[in-house]
Amino acid sequence: MSLPTALPLTDTANGHRLDFLLVADMVEPGSRVLDVGCGDGSLLSLLRDRRGVDGRGIEISREGVNACLAKGLPVIQGDADTDLADYPDDAFDYVILSQTIQATRQPRVVLEHLLRIGRRAIVSFPNFGHWRVRTDLALKGRMPVTENLPYSWYDTPNIHFCTIRDFVELCREVGAQMEKAVALNAGGQPMRVTLPWWVWNLLGEQGVFLLKRR
Amino acid sequence: MRVDAADPGQYRLFERTNISVESMQSASLSSEPRSQADDPSSLVMRFGADEPLMMDSGVALAPWQIAYQTYGTLNAEKSNAVLICHALTGDQHVANDNPVTGKPGWWLTMVGPGRPVDTDRFFVICANVIGGCMGTTGPASTDPATGRPYALDFPVVTIRDMVRAQAALVDRLGIEKLFCVVGGSMGGMQVLQWAASYPDRVFSALPIATAARHSAQNIAFHEVGRQAVMADPEWRGGRYLTEGTRPSKGLAVARMGAHITYLSEVALHRKFGRNFQDRAAPTFSFDADFQIESYLRYQGISFVERFDANSYLYVTRAMDYFDLAAEHGGSLAKAFKGTPTRFCVISFTSDWLFPTSDSRAIVHALNAAAASVAFVEVESDKGHDAFLLDEPEMFAAARGFIDAAARVRGIA
Repeated sequence: MSLPTALPLTDTANGHRLDFLLVADMVEPGSRVLDVGCGDGSLLSLLRDRRGVDGRGIEISREGVNACLAKGLPVIQGDADTDLADYPDDAFDYVILSQTIQATRQPRVVLEHLLRIGRRAIVSFPNFGHWRVRTDLALKGRMPVTENLPYSWYDTPNIHFCTIRDFVELCREVGAQMEKAVALNAGGQPMRVTLPWWVWNLLGEQGVFLLKRR
Repeated sequence: MRVDAADPGQYRLFERTNISVESMQSASLSSEPRSQADDPSSLVMRFGADEPLMMDSGVALAPWQIAYQTYGTLNAEKSNAVLICHALTGDQHVANDNPVTGKPGWWLTMVGPGRPVDTDRFFVICANVIGGCMGTTGPASTDPATGRPYALDFPVVTIRDMVRAQAALVDRLGIEKLFCVVGGSMGGMQVLQWAASYPDRVFSALPIATAARHSAQNIAFHEVGRQAVMADPEWRGGRYLTEGTRPSKGLAVARMGAHITYLSEVALHRKFGRNFQDRAAPTFSFDADFQIESYLRYQGISFVERFDANSYLYVTRAMDYFDLAAEHGGSLAKAFKGTPTRFCVISFTSDWLFPTSDSRAIVHALNAAAASVAFVEVESDKGHDAFLLDEPEMFAAARGFIDAAARVRGIA
């Protein structure tokens, strides 16, 4: 397991989400990118405008696709669980799965497709190992509902939560090499890279990983 | 083009009118479709003996002509031209009253001032297809060799022939590159063919409710329609125009059958259910007891008044022959390899004639070709006809795609 590496600090002056800026920093300028579960295209347009990438997207909601079309983004209405199989090997420099893996039916299969379709994969997800999640479950005995995870258990699209540790284990299982790993704290700031994994797993609200096929 | 279904007023009209079998049989010998064939009420570009249309069948068609309409103004850079491709029984009158039926243009919801294809911004061209009956050379046109209508002497046409004819028109108009090519159903086939044949001449492409090949089921429906026409004794081996007859019954039956495929079960049930037509109980006869029967008879009759039977044979055949992958060794992705065109593919959930899976096959191939492609599946219960109807989600997608492409192209 490679050690988490330092990232250039970026400001959010233009209203961009910090996790998006973090992802953008991981992408080489001018590369080809597929954003799986691209929502309204905010990350893709950020990548296009800041990094000059040739970006594509897959989004399950029609509203999201229409928002992307209005931004001039080539986005396909589709489902990560079923449609990734249609993409050829090495079609993209990066395949991004931003805040989506926990909503897929088969996270492992999806991750394997990411590593097949892209030369690199970037995955960000909410950390279910965060102390507040643990506290809800341990002390209240209830499924956690937080600002980042606002759904009740019965109507949540997030059916496959994992912790940072769980994800690291999955990466090992599918043979993904971690080139970078970042945890964001409750303030959305990257945590110190010198901290041990267990601290990330406890205090990190989100994990962002840059992966490569081994 | 099911102009009729696009007009909601139509439903009210037929509900008050029980159309008898007799009226179908005596459906007019209207000369309108024929009169449009040589001298249409629209612009015409004529090509002489030195400019034949080289057709897939091997025939060099000359002389030939293409009838078209334009809307808006071509800008100084000639960068704002949009080509609209019409469907099976459509025509060039996309955004003006139809000279034969007097009805409004068939895609006023999509094309016009402030519409997604905004005629205040774009120079819009729509041409009748080769093989059609509204002024572009087809089987109802006069064969200069005989002085009589071509009828079945007209060469079988393909989608690629239609696109070649349009490209010749676009050349004549002095337009090197089209900003966008837009069309639904058979029009969408032309859009795909344009992008495959002339990738450098198509900046953006908007194929709607279409497929890269006609399915066996769709060929089957077309064959039923053609057989209905040819089984009509008034068809006279295709020479009905010369012999002063019309295969109206056959063509009307063909239209009735086809019309069912343009709708969905849900839409039919909502509109008609098992409702009776102007009666409280069945008549124990083969009269049109049900509203749906009356509606289909109306569709059949109004169609024969505006469309040439032989044109119906030729244009349905062109769709049957369409298989874009076949031109490229069976690989649809190869048809689009290296394409610079921006694509937006749209399908409808209840369209069983050109189902979403057909659109996904196009998207899949475009992805494999590393093309720029967007795809939207619009939720609608109106079946294939949805692309002609008021579908806000379709307009939103088309508008977003076209506006964004116009920004990239630098069109004001």
